[in-house]
Amino acid sequence: MGSKSLNRRELLKSSAALAGGLTLGAAAPAIGAQQSPDSHHAPPSSPMIKGDKDGMIAYGERSNYVKSVRIPHGGRPSPDTFGLTFHVATPLQDSVGVITPSSLHYFATTRGSFLPDIDPSKHTFMIHGLVDRPLTFTMDDLKRFPSVTRLHFIECAGNRSSPRAKTVQESHGMTSCAEWTGVLLSTLLKEAGLKGTAKWFVAEGGEEVKGASSMPIAKAMDDCLLAYGMNGEPVRPQNGFPLRLMVPGFEGIFHTKWLQRIKVVDRYYMNYNDFGHLDDEPKTAALGYQIGPKSVITFPSGAQQLPGKGFYEISGLAWSGGGAIKLVEVSTDGGKKWNKAEFKGTPQRMAFTRFGYQWNWDGSETEILSRCTDELGQAQPTRAQLAKYWNKPYDQTFSVPGLDNSVQPWHIASDGRVTNGFA
Amino acid sequence: MGSHRMLPFAFVMLMGTSALAQGPAFGIGRTPSPEELKARDISIGPTGEELPPGKGTAKEGAQLYRTKGCAACHGATGLEGTAPNLKSKDPKNPDVWARGRILPLRAPFATTVWDYINRGMPLNREGTLTVDEVYSLTAFLLFINDVIPEDQALDQQSLPQVKMPIGDNYASLPDWKPRTKRLPGYPF
Repeated sequence: MGSKSLNRRELLKSSAALAGGLTLGAAAPAIGAQQSPDSHHAPPSSPMIKGDKDGMIAYGERSNYVKSVRIPHGGRPSPDTFGLTFHVATPLQDSVGVITPSSLHYFATTRGSFLPDIDPSKHTFMIHGLVDRPLTFTMDDLKRFPSVTRLHFIECAGNRSSPRAKTVQESHGMTSCAEWTGVLLSTLLKEAGLKGTAKWFVAEGGEEVKGASSMPIAKAMDDCLLAYGMNGEPVRPQNGFPLRLMVPGFEGIFHTKWLQRIKVVDRYYMNYNDFGHLDDEPKTAALGYQIGPKSVITFPSGAQQLPGKGFYEISGLAWSGGGAIKLVEVSTDGGKKWNKAEFKGTPQRMAFTRFGYQWNWDGSETEILSRCTDELGQAQPTRAQLAKYWNKPYDQTFSVPGLDNSVQPWHIASDGRVTNGFA
Repeated sequence: MGSHRMLPFAFVMLMGTSALAQGPAFGIGRTPSPEELKARDISIGPTGEELPPGKGTAKEGAQLYRTKGCAACHGATGLEGTAPNLKSKDPKNPDVWARGRILPLRAPFATTVWDYINRGMPLNREGTLTVDEVYSLTAFLLFINDVIPEDQALDQQSLPQVKMPIGDNYASLPDWKPRTKRLPGYPF
């Protein structure tokens, strides 16, 4: 993209392209839109965006001034020298609202994967096993069924804050929320006809390892979704194009990408991904399934800098695998007093809920935290509460069983510097 | 419109009682061919019913372990590699869980080992092993962990019969139900 000064007529023409090309509420100069050629307003002082056809018209680009990007997670380069991708975290610190843009949606692969490049016209999805009628569907077939559109978060089981995490992207970035469109798995299972002995199903993707997971048939019949749409367009390849299984509220690994097969079975199959969940402790095993209530403050958060005392709206995200968020509380004094936060929009089941809390910072050192409660009454714990429950000492050796849903403290120094409260 | 009201009734009469519960509502999708079903049916469950015909022994597996590059990542004896260990450093520990996170030792079923190798190995060359090679490598890994004797051949029938050291000493998953807490009695 280049820039040069334009006369009024050119400016009017380019304003239409600007409106289409800029999204995300970027710092776009509001130019031209209301000006008529003979107005007496002063000309705008910003340079004009003159992009190429692809970026300005065909598929819009964000502003050059918006630099928010994903990062490889957990110290593993992604892609590595072989082109395998591992874990990539979303920049939660820059997020607004509850939708993660598809380009910034986190993704993870079981053990590193090449990205399948699937021709959707050749892709098929098969249901078989304990059904009356095994069925194979093309993508066109699937789009003929009644569809649903739902907001859902996905979260990786490895989304665990640690003292090493400097930013909320490093501590919490392995979760995202998008609008998913597709057909309910229950619709397809009814079409195939479940046999009475059906208890579990195994879902398999199209990557090299075809990571397979066993899941309860009750979940399949409740709210699992075969998504072909994501945020108003086809699911992105990194998120499973052309078809991804959504298992709302379950750990990320169950949301099988590049979905090509579901086998209905009578028992837990103990396949590839299942072995990763194998545990000797029934409580820990149970916690590796449905995700608990979790929230985090995204502003102010780690590595950010408050310019000085005064008014700030504390902003953050809350979600739960148990349903909709019922309550979010924020503390600005290190957890002594908890204040009810405001919801920005109506909380949806198994989806991000944006919350805000109006705060006048007096400029003194403090710690800010958020905690949430979901519709089942499950409450987000502090790590100290968890250690007490599990009867373990609360120190650096304590590891939260199951997916870590503990309260994240952010420390604010008197100079406005924000750092990880666990550090 | 009047005749439409009779349709569900007529349908039930034709299809019998199972159609009453679950008839195809949309008629979309095709029946997969037996070949298609067989080619895709690669998830091996504990009964082994999906296992393909073939066989292999630990001796053959020991050779394949070197020639197929397993040793390069998992180490010459399954202990010295950068990839996960395939042999316990503490094989005599009476607590199987304390022997380490070793697939051919901790897996509750030998079918899990076969399935894992078949779908997941060798890294970035998945799908290149023949059925007999997967049986042989499974036998080799079970042998070096003292699960089966060196001369025991594994095939469709014998593999699911292998008794794994962990027995049923592992946590089964809860009976999940919609709109219930992740763990009964757990407040978080």
